[in-house]
Amino acid sequence: MPHYNSGDTAWVLASAALVLFMTPGLAIFYGGMVRRKNVLAMLMQNFVTMAIVCLAWVWFSYSLAFGPDWGGLGLLGDLRFAALSHISSAVPGMAHQSIPQLAFVAFQMMFAVITAALLTGSSADRLGFAAFCIFVLVWSVVVYDPIAHWVFSPEGWLAKRGTEDFAGGTVVEITSGVSGATLALVVGPRRGWPHELMRPHNVPLSVLGAGILWFGWLGFNAGSALSAGRAVDAFINTNTATAAALLSWLLVEKLRDGRPTTLGAASGAVAGAVGITPACGFVNTVGATVIGLVAGAACALAVSLKFKLEVDDSLDVLAVHGVGGFIGTLMVGFFGVSAVNGANGLFYGGGFALLGRQALAVVVAVGWAFCATAAVAWAVHKVVGMRVGPEEELAGLDVSLHEESAYDFESLTNSGLSARAFMPSPPSRAPAEKD
Amino acid sequence: MRLVTAVIKPFRLQEVQEALRSAGVVGMTVSEVHGYGRQRGHTEVYRGAEYRVDFVPKVRIEVVCEDEEAERVVETIESTARTGKIGDGKIWVVAVEELVRVRTGERGAAAV
Repeated sequence: MPHYNSGDTAWVLASAALVLFMTPGLAIFYGGMVRRKNVLAMLMQNFVTMAIVCLAWVWFSYSLAFGPDWGGLGLLGDLRFAALSHISSAVPGMAHQSIPQLAFVAFQMMFAVITAALLTGSSADRLGFAAFCIFVLVWSVVVYDPIAHWVFSPEGWLAKRGTEDFAGGTVVEITSGVSGATLALVVGPRRGWPHELMRPHNVPLSVLGAGILWFGWLGFNAGSALSAGRAVDAFINTNTATAAALLSWLLVEKLRDGRPTTLGAASGAVAGAVGITPACGFVNTVGATVIGLVAGAACALAVSLKFKLEVDDSLDVLAVHGVGGFIGTLMVGFFGVSAVNGANGLFYGGGFALLGRQALAVVVAVGWAFCATAAVAWAVHKVVGMRVGPEEELAGLDVSLHEESAYDFESLTNSGLSARAFMPSPPSRAPAEKD
Repeated sequence: MRLVTAVIKPFRLQEVQEALRSAGVVGMTVSEVHGYGRQRGHTEVYRGAEYRVDFVPKVRIEVVCEDEEAERVVETIESTARTGKIGDGKIWVVAVEELVRVRTGERGAAAV
């Protein structure tokens, strides 16, 4: 029995729980930004993603991503750990880890969940429910598991080339951003976009969601240290960059639109956390602050990109996660400092070597996410048809897919009393007849 | 009898209500409505994208009163709802043919 460190194990398990909580946070963040008639469908997509990806993870996805490398090519794990068998050994390539492999399984499971969940923002308000479930399962296995192996598993080919991605700037952020926009491209825009008004229906929800994401991100990034002792750099850097990006997003809004907005503050915080994700364990306070400032400003400017590209990436997953992940991953090549972890970047005398490795990882992640997602989305769209019909889209997904409505504000049509009065056929067992 | 209907800015409602009560008006009906006049709508900006919101929130007040009281009701609403800025709203008066108090069955002016 190897000697596990109880502090490290406790921190990674706590972090896994923090990262799990990010997905409902994301659901709330996105739910506030969609129209009122689609908020439940958004929450539902995120919630069901938690179930689907978690089950797939323990049955086979974990093994594909982190199992012993298949043929030594660094492309995919084999199925040795399917259904979490043979799991008492160390994670392949991580013999030195002080935590049990199952703790790592749990922690990485939540990464797989939130990466897939991020795609809901790009394709909001128009996908059928069953089609979404099929897509998210196939996407997670075909697109996410391989790139997680390449970068996160020490036996993956990018990891072997020295790519530095502390918590998933490529695997999670670039992959979700580019994949999301690709999915939106394949399924087409929301009906009426971009001419019709599609205002966020509940900005307070989005702000709360961003707050939950900020909170959970501390586990996402600092948990990636896989040790309590080494987590502190990532923890403080994540918080610093998030704060810096919130302010720089607001500054861009003030200069461009005349007013800082609440949704901008929420979005800026997320952009900063995204930007620092690949870098959080490799940079110092200077690096974290600059990465945050640049990520916040760049993402704030990138949100108009979708109108130029004419791709209805509805809630700007590409602009926030794609662009933020791109910036963060490259910036490791400038601000990486060996005094913290890893290698020195350009600004700390490391030359261009690290920057080159980071650039390669960015190109691979963008290319892979685009090509593989296009193939998966196109195939699922061809076979099952991912979009709901025009009437359903117009009526809203909450009613047409789930026969529910999020809010009981219309006193005449939705209050408990009159809902009973309008019920077409009375319940077969009225309370009085119970006995 | 007259029906005085006023569409005003929502945040003036409380002042108008107080003023009408002081003026002896004993009842009113209010509803939240949306619309626009010369004020047109307004713009909102979300993530840099500008949205025109055509229908802005307003409050509609309805008061039924006797013929000779109508002018005083109108003046009271007019003076308390006014901010001097565009979008203060409108007031109009129409004749009421019949009025019934449901509880007692009283008709006409007695039901006011």
